[in-house]
Amino acid sequence: MAKKRTIRSIPQQRTPVGEQDPHERARNFAEVNHGYHRDDAVRESERCLFCEDPACVAGCPVGIDIPGFIRKIGEGDFRGAYQVITDTNLLPAICGRVCPQENQCEGPCAVGAALEPVAIGRLERWVGDQAIAEKWFKVPPIERNAFRIGIVGSGPAGMACAADMAKAGCDVTVYEAFHQAGGVLKYGIPDFRLPNEVVDAEIANLTALGVKFECNTLVGRLFTIEQMVTELGFDAVFIGTGAGYPRLLNIPGDALNGVLSANELLTRCNLMRARDAGHDTPMPMGRRVAVVGSGNTAMDALRVARRLGAEDVRCIYRRTEAESPARAEELHHAAEEGVQFHWLTHPIEILGDDRGNVRAVRCIRMSLGEPDDSGRRSPVPVPGSEHDLEVDLVVYAIGTNANPIIGQTSGLALDRRGYIACDDDLATSLAGVYAGGDIVTGAATVIEAMGAGRRAARSMKAYLGLRDTDVVYRDARPAAADLLFGLDPAERNFVRVRATRPPGPRPS
Amino acid sequence: MPEGSRFEIVSREDFSDATFLLEIRHPMMARAARPGQFVIVMSHEHGERIPLTLADFDRARGTITLVIQAVGKTTREMQQGCRVGDYLYGVVGPMGVPSHVAGVRKAAVVGGGLGVAPIYPQARGLKEQGAYVVGILGFRNRDLIFWEDKFRACCDELIICTDDGSAGIKGLVTEGIRRTMEVHPDLDQVVAIGPPVMMKACAEATRPAKIKTIVSLNPVMVDGTGMCGGCRVTIGQKVKFACVDGPDFDGHEVDFEDLQVRLRRYVEDEKAALERWQGQCRMDHHPN
Ligand SMILES: Cc1cc2nc3c(=O)[nH]c(=O)nc-3n(C[C@H](O)[C@H](O)[C@H](O)COP(=O)(O)OP(=O)(O)OC[C@H]3O[C@@H](n4cnc5c(N)ncnc54)[C@H](O)[C@@H]3O)c2cc1C
Ligand SMILES: Cc1cc2nc3c(=O)[nH]c(=O)nc-3n(C[C@H](O)[C@H](O)[C@H](O)COP(=O)(O)OP(=O)(O)OC[C@H]3O[C@@H](n4cnc5c(N)ncnc54)[C@H](O)[C@@H]3O)c2cc1C
Ligand code: SF4
Ligand code: FES
Repeated sequence: MAKKRTIRSIPQQRTPVGEQDPHERARNFAEVNHGYHRDDAVRESERCLFCEDPACVAGCPVGIDIPGFIRKIGEGDFRGAYQVITDTNLLPAICGRVCPQENQCEGPCAVGAALEPVAIGRLERWVGDQAIAEKWFKVPPIERNAFRIGIVGSGPAGMACAADMAKAGCDVTVYEAFHQAGGVLKYGIPDFRLPNEVVDAEIANLTALGVKFECNTLVGRLFTIEQMVTELGFDAVFIGTGAGYPRLLNIPGDALNGVLSANELLTRCNLMRARDAGHDTPMPMGRRVAVVGSGNTAMDALRVARRLGAEDVRCIYRRTEAESPARAEELHHAAEEGVQFHWLTHPIEILGDDRGNVRAVRCIRMSLGEPDDSGRRSPVPVPGSEHDLEVDLVVYAIGTNANPIIGQTSGLALDRRGYIACDDDLATSLAGVYAGGDIVTGAATVIEAMGAGRRAARSMKAYLGLRDTDVVYRDARPAAADLLFGLDPAERNFVRVRATRPPGPRPS
Repeated sequence: MPEGSRFEIVSREDFSDATFLLEIRHPMMARAARPGQFVIVMSHEHGERIPLTLADFDRARGTITLVIQAVGKTTREMQQGCRVGDYLYGVVGPMGVPSHVAGVRKAAVVGGGLGVAPIYPQARGLKEQGAYVVGILGFRNRDLIFWEDKFRACCDELIICTDDGSAGIKGLVTEGIRRTMEVHPDLDQVVAIGPPVMMKACAEATRPAKIKTIVSLNPVMVDGTGMCGGCRVTIGQKVKFACVDGPDFDGHEVDFEDLQVRLRRYVEDEKAALERWQGQCRMDHHPN
């Protein structure tokens, strides 16, 4: 074993990653970040100090054993690295690309105190890409039981819950309202950040586990959540329908043509492929585009607008760059691609021409006042600072509310804002029905949604009396002989009831 | 890929050179559908998602029925391409909040143009729950009339209006509403479906008498699940999403100006798409 690494002994520079040239990429939808090569990954792995009490793991919403997988990369055991990650995170190729690492694992990384932190996200992505290319995903031995699980929504929350329940031996069906599975990963996040093929590869893995996807199915309207449990014979149900009901500003001019939500712009572009020849969906596009908001969604809308040929693309945000909720990398990429930022600016009216089309957006400047409840300094308008920006398309990326369909059509208890109310185990007010992801927390992140899907799966297994099979991967398993009756006391659940019953509807 | 392509067309009928009917096998939807709801159809993998009202649903046959007017690229392509035994790539629904038919005692259901077929489930629904139903249908001329027998079977009275007087009364559906209001002062609900100008005129016709008037709005839609906001409409100064809050709204509260402006949003793109497609058809004698 080599000497213990210290901050002095490790490579001082973060291993750089190849990116498409900003001028070039502002005109195409190919991925911006080329990702590491094998040598880059191995070199970057040498920067990890293997802390005893790793801050990165504490910062990761699902607690991936980060030094564990980095160590495997350094040892050249890439497949082992994949196993360590997938013990906790089922979608490394996706999360490595879209997680806000600077606030999660990389933020508190010990190396970051003196140097740039270990590029954990890039390493994770590299391992994930390797797994897809090498087809490392293997269907584990599955002991089938007779339970049927219904999953509503095929975003990261639904996918994660489906995978865990399928591995536990259940018969899993995922219902999706759109004609394709993937949720925001498909319709929201553009290809230049997360190519659709990566999402499809993960979906193919789920299909290999036996998960069935039923697209074109609007749950709540085609059948209700209650009917899933009663008439359709599902033993447990998971709801992961996301939070995609876009907010509008409610200012004069909202109804004008040329005002649309980022979701609409992104869906037309990413899911309906309006940008590609041979696809029928129209693509609204202007020469001068203003996007209101500064989260990830806003960055995606800005960068999509640029790629669709808008010459002049502006981001309007009422706070400053420091408060901007977007990932640092996205802000940086957007600026490189020629997006202009109007910080401390807020729209107060959209002006139209005589045909009802947007002509300009009237804004007011803001200054930062006292910190509000969330600790952020709240913006206050500067009197007399109104000014007009001439644009022909205004895109709102100012957040979303809970989608109302499940609430309208079921007796589920909702919270005050319309999200599904859950306890700590993600159980809803209906027995056997669980929920997680954005529809419970409000808009959050991919990794949190995925974590929620897995947490709900754990609760479902306990509810159904299934043994929890996702034992955490360990290098040295204790010898079976040491175990009492061959059972590992570290496993979270034990069999409470035998999970087999005759096929057919359950007696109520 | 886990995707559709299993929605079989089981019958087709052509009412005129622009209007045709497709009956599609979807037993689950036939069971779930209620009057006033709609579906979103994608005819092929690269197609547009277009909203179409459920014009009928038959639980026993396990089918739903759409009546489509060929107005642009997608609908004309469907008119040419959809044959019995073919499959549509995607059909999702039933979407929207079902119409409230309960408790209505006497109603007029008004359909004009592409609104005739969609009004049928409402007429039947109202009849089934015991209301007295007056049907008022508007067509340009007698050759375009369809489903007269179906409407007769569930309406206590049926008034047909034609622009040229070639059948029924000469005039617009608002003339039919006027006459109905005269004969039935106790009318407690009017439901109107058709082009925005028509629905607006109907709402104006009943406003003085304060008769509750429901209209079914048809803004441009993308997902139909409340996710894009493209279908937003202004109702009594408030913004609503037609796909999840509607499509039925109180006609006296609807801002029709807004709706009409927003419907013109993609006119240029649509014209271009249609022209491209027609050009292609002329060059290529074997579509599909
Ligand atoms: C443009 C954009 C960019 C983002 N960028 C990032 C990023 O860089 N990093 C990050 O971590 N997070 C990002 N996020 C947030 C992240 O994508 C979400 O937090 C996450 O996808 C939530 O997952 P989910 O499974 O809860 O829901 P979703 O991914 O929203 O999936 C829900 C699915 O359920 C379906 N559905 C809804 N209602 C029904 C119904 N009644 N019946 C059947 N199906 C239904 C929907 O069609 C959808 O496919 C971004 C979000 C957006 C919109
Ligand atoms: C809730 C709802 C229910 C509908 N029900 C039916 C129905 O039962 N039968 C039917 O034939 N049509 C119905 N429509 C309208 C139908 O969706 C459009 O005609 C269709 O999308 C046009 O597609 P296209 O590509 O063929 O034409 P496009 O090329 O997209 O449009 C051609 C012309 O039609 C107009 N148009 C486009 N979209 C709409 C719209 N949403 N409403 C009115 N005019 C439009 C355009 O302005 C243009 O002039 C409904 C629309 C909604 C929102
Ligand atoms: S905090 Fe940084 S250095 Fe420490 S284990 Fe995690 S990645 Fe390695
Ligand atoms: S069609 Fe997208 S929100 Fe209604």
